[in-house]
Amino acid sequence: MTGLGATMVRAGRRLLSSLPALFGVLVFTFLLMRVLPGDPAVFFASGPNAGKEEIEQIRKQMGLDKSVPEQLVFYLSDIGHGNLGRSMMTGQPVLKDLRERLPASLELTFTALLIALIAAVPLGVVAALRPGSAIDHGVRLFCALGVCVPTFVSGLLLIYVFYYLLGLSPDPTGRIDVFTSLPPQRTGFLSIDFLLAGDIEGWWAACRQLILPAVSMALFVIAPLARITRASMLVSLGSDFVRTARSVGLSWHKVVVTYALRNAILPVITIAGIVFSTMLGANVLVEKVFSWPGVASYALDALLSSDYAPVQGFVLLMASIFVLVNLVVDICYGIADPRVSIG
Amino acid sequence: MSQSLLSIEDLHVSFSTRRGMVEAVRGVTLAVEAGEMLGLVGESGSGKSVTGFATTRLLDTAGRVTAGKILFRGQDVTKLRGDDLRQLQGAAMSMIFQNPRAALNPIRAIGLQIADAILTHKRISKDAARAEALDLLRAVQIRDPEQRMNAYPHELSGGMCQRVMIAIAISCNPALLIADEPTTGLDVTTQKVVMDLLADIAAARGMATILITHDLGLAARYCRRIAVMEHGRIVEEASPKTLFGAPRHAYTKRLVAASPTATSRIEDLVTAEEWERHAAVVSNARPPAAHGTPPLLEVRKLAKRFDQGSAAVADFSMTMAGGESVGLVGESGSGKSTTSRMICRLIDPSEGDIVFEGQSIGHVASRDFHRSRFRKDIQMVFQDPNESLNPRFTAFDCIAHPLMRLAGLRAGKELWQRVEECAERVGLPLDLLPRFPHQLSGGQKARVGIARAIACRPRLLVLDEPTAALDVSVQAVVLQLLDRLRRENDIALLFVSHDLNVVRMLCDRTIVLRNGGIVEQGESRALFDNPKTDYTRKLVEAIPHFESGPAMATAL
Repeated sequence: MTGLGATMVRAGRRLLSSLPALFGVLVFTFLLMRVLPGDPAVFFASGPNAGKEEIEQIRKQMGLDKSVPEQLVFYLSDIGHGNLGRSMMTGQPVLKDLRERLPASLELTFTALLIALIAAVPLGVVAALRPGSAIDHGVRLFCALGVCVPTFVSGLLLIYVFYYLLGLSPDPTGRIDVFTSLPPQRTGFLSIDFLLAGDIEGWWAACRQLILPAVSMALFVIAPLARITRASMLVSLGSDFVRTARSVGLSWHKVVVTYALRNAILPVITIAGIVFSTMLGANVLVEKVFSWPGVASYALDALLSSDYAPVQGFVLLMASIFVLVNLVVDICYGIADPRVSIG
Repeated sequence: MSQSLLSIEDLHVSFSTRRGMVEAVRGVTLAVEAGEMLGLVGESGSGKSVTGFATTRLLDTAGRVTAGKILFRGQDVTKLRGDDLRQLQGAAMSMIFQNPRAALNPIRAIGLQIADAILTHKRISKDAARAEALDLLRAVQIRDPEQRMNAYPHELSGGMCQRVMIAIAISCNPALLIADEPTTGLDVTTQKVVMDLLADIAAARGMATILITHDLGLAARYCRRIAVMEHGRIVEEASPKTLFGAPRHAYTKRLVAASPTATSRIEDLVTAEEWERHAAVVSNARPPAAHGTPPLLEVRKLAKRFDQGSAAVADFSMTMAGGESVGLVGESGSGKSTTSRMICRLIDPSEGDIVFEGQSIGHVASRDFHRSRFRKDIQMVFQDPNESLNPRFTAFDCIAHPLMRLAGLRAGKELWQRVEECAERVGLPLDLLPRFPHQLSGGQKARVGIARAIACRPRLLVLDEPTAALDVSVQAVVLQLLDRLRRENDIALLFVSHDLNVVRMLCDRTIVLRNGGIVEQGESRALFDNPKTDYTRKLVEAIPHFESGPAMATAL
């Protein structure tokens, strides 16, 4: 188990070394928000005819009358105390808003990644087993389509087919229809909470809501995952150790899965980590199309209304998640590949 | 014929490539009796490995048997399908590969890999398979087999990995074992241990073995019968004694001549008429250096420690005169490459000094040394001619680059002349100069590497195993070339190699390294004929000689 210990030490070191980057993100976003045009005080004043004094008062209330460096110091000390500020839009603390919305985004992204992996890895393997064949070209075409159709288009298409034409899926508004009673919140993932509560009907309803947005997100990331699987599977299948495995007559299944695929999956883990982080931040279009109450659409709304605190909170959250995901990838890699802990 | 364990009849194998079908094997007929060890010898591209892969049905998808039969126990292997084939592979015949570390699954414990092979052919429990795997590790003489069961290939040395590979190959007691260059890339001493082990196991279990190798000496040492292949055909088949005593075919003659032995000289390596061409130059013997001239290179108490703290090289001292050739030999890990790189000023020594022509250069940081005026005097030829040439540079660019950087030449007529002159000196046809490395053969690439190194007329050439990746006939030509350059241009050669026969021929003096320290040094012939230390003796004895006759008789 020394290998695992070494991996943990490495992961810890990685975490520490990413702190400066996180700090940089923090300061950079703060400054960026101040540079962007738009005055939040005007935006949040009572109405278009608000007087100069009222705006000035709001500005003072928000601390915007102070110099930028001063604001930054206040902001950093607030962050240090775990206070991400208050959203002007919702009137709630940003932390509370994010905590409410993050599980929705995570549930969607996890499901999408799972669907993407379940589809992409076999596709990549099949394509690699018969390079140049009709199957290979079919996979390539499918991947190309997935990439070149934007997620909001594929999302709308899916809604059109499965909701409007076939009527198989519920109306694409939010995580659950308004009449279903929510389960007691434990994980924040509705599908899991329903299961924990033993409410199979509710679970099914949540899943039906989840499947279309997840698929339209997955379609977009199947391509990179399938391509990397195919490429690394080709290398793996052509390697000496696969030839060794064949030379002693191992079964086809054992050669392909245990010998070739387990080696080929290593780069896929890395790409999956990157894809996950990208999806979480970039799935705003899907969230908008399906009225999904996630963090990305929350941040977009905040950005449009010059609401500083939620945007800054969102970027910080994304950066932290990115670091965490990389860490998890590192640990997975360390477990999957015994060579890593040594090198 | 029908009694033979394996009989190959008029085998033809073709590969479909971009340029159409290429015939790799063109009519091989061969028979192997049960329990026999047959040597299949030839240079790269002779089709020896392809014959082996066709027999075990491991050809690439591009390769296809186009004609002929491979009868194993009377059954045509080329026609087997599915389960019949799998029952053959591993259980009846198995294979050992060239690069043992790559041949093992890097992320699977070796015990499991052996057990995989056992479980494929025997209906036993996983625990029983594990116990059998442990016995196999013991059989291939791996120390601490219980602990090694859970080791991964990267934790084992190359020799250990090859033992594990042998364990996998023999796990189901096959009747035929095909060993494809099983010891290429291993040290001579490791080579001997692994080959002895293989021969013992084959003899003890009554396995027939086909030893595919480019090394005539190795085949002669372990096989009673050797088949020589050239261009996909078997040109001669005989016992080692007849083969080396009285080779009949012209190719065999050339191959035998090109293989360095304990007594061969550089001029013996090629046939007489090829040697004639350079004879005039050779006769100009170098006058002995006048007394009192400082040595070209003086190395004092050189040491190198890497991050882990253990010394890779310690207390290394030597001197070299101009035009002298010195050999640096030792097993892998003995520090010979590290030493040569320090002298070349590619890495910085931790301690000690390097004096070149009376000037200390050991303290110039290696990353600044390219600005030193001595950079063009000390040049290096690297081990792998494929890896050490920039794939995006033509042969011309490769040779011209140091001239532009170090000799300050500009692109123009003078540069062309100098590059052509270098190419001529190393015997590289001028029409090859516009080609890229992948369009050149191994020998041609080696010549480009040497031309690049001598382009700026260096005084000292450091060669790190320059011929290790080359066929013997190409090696012979390259060695001659080096020897000629040394005589003509008075270039001193520091020759790093694990091939003692080559060092003995080429070098006036030899230094034997072990674990970073000098074990023994002296005049080459005296040192090899009368080694003073056990370590040198072990090294010398490990070289397969073919004059001494096959040693199989004693091994059996």
